[in-house]
Amino acid sequence: MLDQISLITAYPEMLLFGMACVIAIFDLGVKTPLRGATYGLTLLTLAVVAVLEALYASGGATYYGFGNMVVSDSMGNWLKCFATVAVMITLVYGRPYAAQRDMLRGGELFTLSLMSLLGMFVMISGNNFLVIYMGLELLTLSSYALVALRRDDVAATEAAIKYFVLGAMASGFLLYGMSMLYGATGSLDITQVFKAIASGHVQHQVLIFGLVFIACGLAFKLGVVPFHMWIPDVYQGAPTAITLMIGGAPKLAAFGMTMRLLVEGMLPLAIDWQQMLLVLSVGSLLLGNLAAIMQTNVKRMLAFSTISQMGFVLLGLMSGVVNGNTLHAANAYSSSMFYVITYVLTTLAAFGVLLLLSREGFESEEISDFAGLNQRSPLYAGIMAIAMFSLAGIPPLAGFYAKLSVLQALIATGNQAYLYLSVFAVMMSLIGAFYYLRVVKVMYFDAPITASNVVAGTDVRVVLCLNGALIVLLGLMPGGLMALCARSVLQMLGT
Amino acid sequence: MGLLSLAIWVPILFGAVLLALGRDDQAGVVRWIALIGAVVSLLITVPLYTGFVVDSAAMQFVENMLWIERFNVRYHLGVDGISLWLIPLTAFITVVVVISAWEVITERVNQYMGAFLILSGLMIGVFSALDGMLFYVFFEATLIPMYLIIGIWGGPNKIYAAFKFFLYTLMGSLLLLIALIYLYTQSGGSFDLAVWYALPLSGKAQAFIFFAFLAAFAVKVPMWPVHTWLPDVHVEAPTGGSAVLAAIMLKLGAYGFLRFSLPIAPDAAHEYAGVMITLSLIAVVYVGLVAMVQQDMKKLVAYSSVAHMGFVTLGFFIFSDLGVSGGIVQMIAHGFVSAAMFLSIGVLYDRVHSREIASYGGVVNTMPKFAAFALLFSMANCGLPGTAGFVGEWMVILGAVKYNFWIGFAAASALIFGAAYTLWMFKRVYLGPVANHHVKDLVDINAREFLVMALLAIAVLYMGIYPKLFTDVMDTSVTQLLKQIAISKLPV
Repeated sequence: MLDQISLITAYPEMLLFGMACVIAIFDLGVKTPLRGATYGLTLLTLAVVAVLEALYASGGATYYGFGNMVVSDSMGNWLKCFATVAVMITLVYGRPYAAQRDMLRGGELFTLSLMSLLGMFVMISGNNFLVIYMGLELLTLSSYALVALRRDDVAATEAAIKYFVLGAMASGFLLYGMSMLYGATGSLDITQVFKAIASGHVQHQVLIFGLVFIACGLAFKLGVVPFHMWIPDVYQGAPTAITLMIGGAPKLAAFGMTMRLLVEGMLPLAIDWQQMLLVLSVGSLLLGNLAAIMQTNVKRMLAFSTISQMGFVLLGLMSGVVNGNTLHAANAYSSSMFYVITYVLTTLAAFGVLLLLSREGFESEEISDFAGLNQRSPLYAGIMAIAMFSLAGIPPLAGFYAKLSVLQALIATGNQAYLYLSVFAVMMSLIGAFYYLRVVKVMYFDAPITASNVVAGTDVRVVLCLNGALIVLLGLMPGGLMALCARSVLQMLGT
Repeated sequence: MGLLSLAIWVPILFGAVLLALGRDDQAGVVRWIALIGAVVSLLITVPLYTGFVVDSAAMQFVENMLWIERFNVRYHLGVDGISLWLIPLTAFITVVVVISAWEVITERVNQYMGAFLILSGLMIGVFSALDGMLFYVFFEATLIPMYLIIGIWGGPNKIYAAFKFFLYTLMGSLLLLIALIYLYTQSGGSFDLAVWYALPLSGKAQAFIFFAFLAAFAVKVPMWPVHTWLPDVHVEAPTGGSAVLAAIMLKLGAYGFLRFSLPIAPDAAHEYAGVMITLSLIAVVYVGLVAMVQQDMKKLVAYSSVAHMGFVTLGFFIFSDLGVSGGIVQMIAHGFVSAAMFLSIGVLYDRVHSREIASYGGVVNTMPKFAAFALLFSMANCGLPGTAGFVGEWMVILGAVKYNFWIGFAAASALIFGAAYTLWMFKRVYLGPVANHHVKDLVDINAREFLVMALLAIAVLYMGIYPKLFTDVMDTSVTQLLKQIAISKLPV
């Protein structure tokens, strides 16, 4: 069982797990309030893991390990690589914030972050229903603990409980759906499930029954309407650094899980799950955008914006199969993948600035806290503006190409209804532009409330600048990342 | 790197440097760098004219390379007779705007100058893009600097204006995006304009494309009835913003008609020409009348812009040599004249801080030099022979009369309205006895303002007296375009 190939597929995970334990113990000896040593060691670990994943991914080979329970393919490895980088950036942005709120004591933040990343890894590379479920649980359990890290904070505790109850229910949905599929196909192995469904000998009704539950569970994890209720409350209630931790990298993992379950496992049922995604997506675009307009709290606004952005991701996922023809599948799924990656990158920048504005004893949460940021710090205002324009999908920024590729996937289906859907989607993003612009308006057009300068540590400043620059750079040269997504999705579909 | 790339990226690069320069303690340096950047950018565009081969309808100064491999988007640039003059016009107006803002803008100078330089590069990009997606990227990107310009340096109601500008134009261009992607799939995966020109399209598809394009371009031009954003935005925008908006940004829409709507969906263009002509005539006549009753100088010029742009679209949709050439000449002329009008209002506004016509009267007594310029620009605005305003309007009217006498008649009657509202405003603001102590205290324009006015005056007069310089280069390209849209693209 434990052959050479199995080990190869799991090296990064093993490293991650080992280091998570080491760091938990290591931190006992670190006494500084900023936990510089633990922080450095964590970043180093993550950097090594990211490089490893990038090497695996660019190698391009697909391995199955542990008796087909896990798969290491180019799509998964890239997603893991980006998720690792996202966690790194989150830790860089979040450390000063966490330190000011006494959240670094005991080093749990670092250990739990590594464990949640490990969960994401398992989710992304699982090739078996139970393995995927295990990864999901590892991620969410770590996340619950992270949200509740400020034990004495009422809002955070409330958010953690809410997250936990709803999350547990969604996991239940997912597990129930998986058991249905297991009953119908007789296997937990995704490849086997795919074969069983494709053979056509399985009772359709049971499959659909299971599929509905799985779709519900996925919808909850992605945070799309009508399973979105937790998102605004948890985003708002959690400490901002943790909000980023659950709103950034896990989106990549949720996308990876969706690809594994729906595409790799149940592509022959595409006609059914595409309809479900259609409803989820239309609801998300509508409600996410409309509700975001009314928010005065930035975190809540970004939460609703996430909902609408995930609606866009679903648009790509549902245009893969046209009349039973999978010709456009690679095009469609890779556009969704590109969308998720650029979305996470942009969200990181937006939260990075948000975290920067929060000082000791002051939570920067209201949109009005951004007032006159341009006068206080043109640089950070510029980065925030770039992030907002990118989320609104204005060229030449990364977010535009994400919308472009998803819309292109929709229209390429040649289906008239999808053409109307694309018109609906752009009209919704017009509404979306309004609330993103409002943040820019507050930063640039309003007078500052305080004249204090925004101070940032060197690490935060450098990473934030790179993050902003990357959004612009991806806007000027999006070709590379697009090709990468296309290549890896194509390879995944080929196997 | 080709000439067109330089024309696009040099101002953007200067703009980026200015943005990086930081706070206002170096405002002096910032202004000079901005001026150098603008002048260099203008000089770069000169060889475009001198090196242009007049009797060729082909694209010139072509640069073509792959940009985004996955969607086959190409970095494809080139100019022909239609776009040639719009590029130096853009660079020229930017120089004028930089000079005109010299002492006026004192806050966040680097961002102001940077935004205008970046905007200039982006607009040149729009005029030279030959790839649908590249065009769209430039077209949309112009919204960001303009939004900030209006919102940061605008008037009291600037926030409303900035949002209206952004969302109104974004709404139109999102439909354009859908149409571009639709064409991309229809053409089997190409954003290249040349491919789209040759692509046969069914009547229904053409109608869809035509109206999606119309949504974007009509808002930008703006055509009646989607012109309502323009007066609101002009009133609140800073002087330089108004000048660039009227002089160049409106032309992006008109140019889009020539580059996209007409050659890509010629059958739909013919079919809906009646609608377009009607809308244009309403803009010319009705909006002209609306302009007459305005109390606010900027609003008046804004409505007059809508009316003048009505001439442009009218010229395009009568499908004749005179009409299309006239429309293009009118675009360029309006670029000079409207910029001059807005900058003149800016001169007064900087001194009195009012745009109300009623706040003035007898300005000629205290500002004789300035009043002389203002008279010239007003005359050009009503289309007096010998000024830039005359040539294009006259060509369009001539074309329209040939097409249908009554259309020509209606268009010509607008000249009377134009003269009425412009001259009436001139009379109320400049002539008569000194109206109040504000006017009494006015100081005549200084050397810097004189330079701005003089540059524009030279352009206005030159174009009026010797339009051949402008019309010669466009003949071949216009003939070619007309030939192209005369051929049906319906699949047989």
